[in-house]
Amino acid sequence: MEIFMAFAIGILFMSATYLMLSKSLLRIIIGTGLLSHGAHLLILTMGGLKKGAAPLLSEQAPYVDPLPQALILTAIVISFGVTAFFLVLAYRAYQELGTDNTDRLRGKEGNE
Amino acid sequence: MSNLLILPILIPLLTGISLIFFRKNIAANRGISLAGSLFTVAASVVLVDKVFHEGIQTLNVSNWEAPFGITLVSDTLSALLVLSTSIIAFACVLYSFWSIGEELERFYYYPVLQFLIVGVNGAFTTGDIFNLFVFFEVMLMSSYVLLVLGGTKIQLRESIKYILVNVISSALFVITVAYLYSVVGTLNMAHISVRISQIGQPGIITVIAVLFLIVFGIKGAIFPLYFWLPGSYYAPSAPVMALFGALLTKVGVYSIMRTYTLFFYHDTGYTFGLLQILAVLTIVAGIIGAVAYWDIKNIIIYNVIIAIGVIAFGVSVSTEESLSGSIFYLIHDMIIKAALFMLIGIMIKITGTSNLRKISGLLRNYPGLGWTFFIAALALAGIPPLSGFPGKLLIVRSGFASGDYWGAGIVLMSSLFVLFSVMKIFINGFWGPVRAYEHKEAPVKWLLISPVLLVTLAVMYGLGTEAVYPFISKAAETLTNPEIYINAVLKE
Repeated sequence: MEIFMAFAIGILFMSATYLMLSKSLLRIIIGTGLLSHGAHLLILTMGGLKKGAAPLLSEQAPYVDPLPQALILTAIVISFGVTAFFLVLAYRAYQELGTDNTDRLRGKEGNE
Repeated sequence: MSNLLILPILIPLLTGISLIFFRKNIAANRGISLAGSLFTVAASVVLVDKVFHEGIQTLNVSNWEAPFGITLVSDTLSALLVLSTSIIAFACVLYSFWSIGEELERFYYYPVLQFLIVGVNGAFTTGDIFNLFVFFEVMLMSSYVLLVLGGTKIQLRESIKYILVNVISSALFVITVAYLYSVVGTLNMAHISVRISQIGQPGIITVIAVLFLIVFGIKGAIFPLYFWLPGSYYAPSAPVMALFGALLTKVGVYSIMRTYTLFFYHDTGYTFGLLQILAVLTIVAGIIGAVAYWDIKNIIIYNVIIAIGVIAFGVSVSTEESLSGSIFYLIHDMIIKAALFMLIGIMIKITGTSNLRKISGLLRNYPGLGWTFFIAALALAGIPPLSGFPGKLLIVRSGFASGDYWGAGIVLMSSLFVLFSVMKIFINGFWGPVRAYEHKEAPVKWLLISPVLLVTLAVMYGLGTEAVYPFISKAAETLTNPEIYINAVLKE
């Protein structure tokens, strides 16, 4: 099972890298989304995917590892916050700079 | 009182939260943030004293035993760094009163600044690897807001790049933590160290060590990973630049120091060799940038990169003497970089440009600014009675002692180029024909308070080497003997 997950995560990372190397700002943000999905799935996988009950004390033992789930929950909300900020920033940058092409975001002073 | 070591995190947090409620009232904003920063400094001083006299302080948050809960650990190194951070934060708050402008002050500038300090102090104090990630994010989120606050075109543009780079490095951090967790099965730093020494650092741990070097190298701007820094630090206003230049990259360097001395000290040949090569290349890249530019912001920004290289070189030599040198230089560099960014901020405020070719003759009308800058420049280069000297001396000496002649030679040479680059600012900007500038009414007298405070501190730090050295050597002792740290956390 971990092998399949490793392939799936690898494909996510590959797509994320490809998207983040493109020119359009929105594609880059989609890439960061895929990257964080990959990272979160990786935590889950590396924590172990052995069969067990959900980590609720009302269920019967054995349980799955609860720690990676807590880590993922933390990482998810953090990447939520950053992504929301990034999206608004991209929107503002589109309004102010009039472009979403990263090739045109250069130089020392303001672009038009 | 065992809760003492959480105060440098808690005070800025509470200050920041309470400031949110006084958005429109600038006087209240200034008063509360100044008082909060002062309390943070006071708490850090008490903490340094306590850690120095009574050994490492640990706090198991909500009383869960060490490997299972989150443990906050304050050894001498982190206490000293927390103290420097608090002092710089205080100086930056004071500087902001006359430089940031009312419009930004009304838009949550001070609360975000306090949250940045929460992140930095937390990152220095935590004893848990995932908690370190969370504090990194607290710090980075605040830095995104501080960078883009104001919303000029250059800020919007550079924020996009800065955020993208940091999102990638944060994802890498999460990935690295996941790998480490799958190998050792714990997140507490002391416990990770114990587990790694039990399995004796096999190849996978070396891979994880290099991944950590990449993650913290992106945060701390090490050689092939520094490309984002010049642009991003160019965009914000002077007090924000001072905060960034003094604190953000140093957290990355501190994390390299911590992980490499606490986790990965068993098989040092490959990892420390790699760190050494990268450190030397960082210095060279920084020198090239610092010498090449005729823009005062860029010159100081590339000096940040040089200093990172020097500190990382000291870590890579990894003797007790070189680590003392690195710590000495780290603290010196935090103080002096904050002062320099503030000083060039005043120059830009007066002249309205950062192009050195358009500035000259400032010394006649602004002698205080000129001589403060001169002393800061000499301290940066490491002229003997001043603060940059002892750290670099220790690093160079231990480099030669362990046979790394090339690296130590380049560290020595770098001082010359650093001196050249800052003297270029002094000679061209302060000497020469006096020019008329439009912004003559800039409140230079008030703005000078913070940099003068920091430069005085740097001078005292250099003159009082004898008084400071016991603290530094105690910090280095903990780094070279991880058992002290482990025994303090996992009391067995």
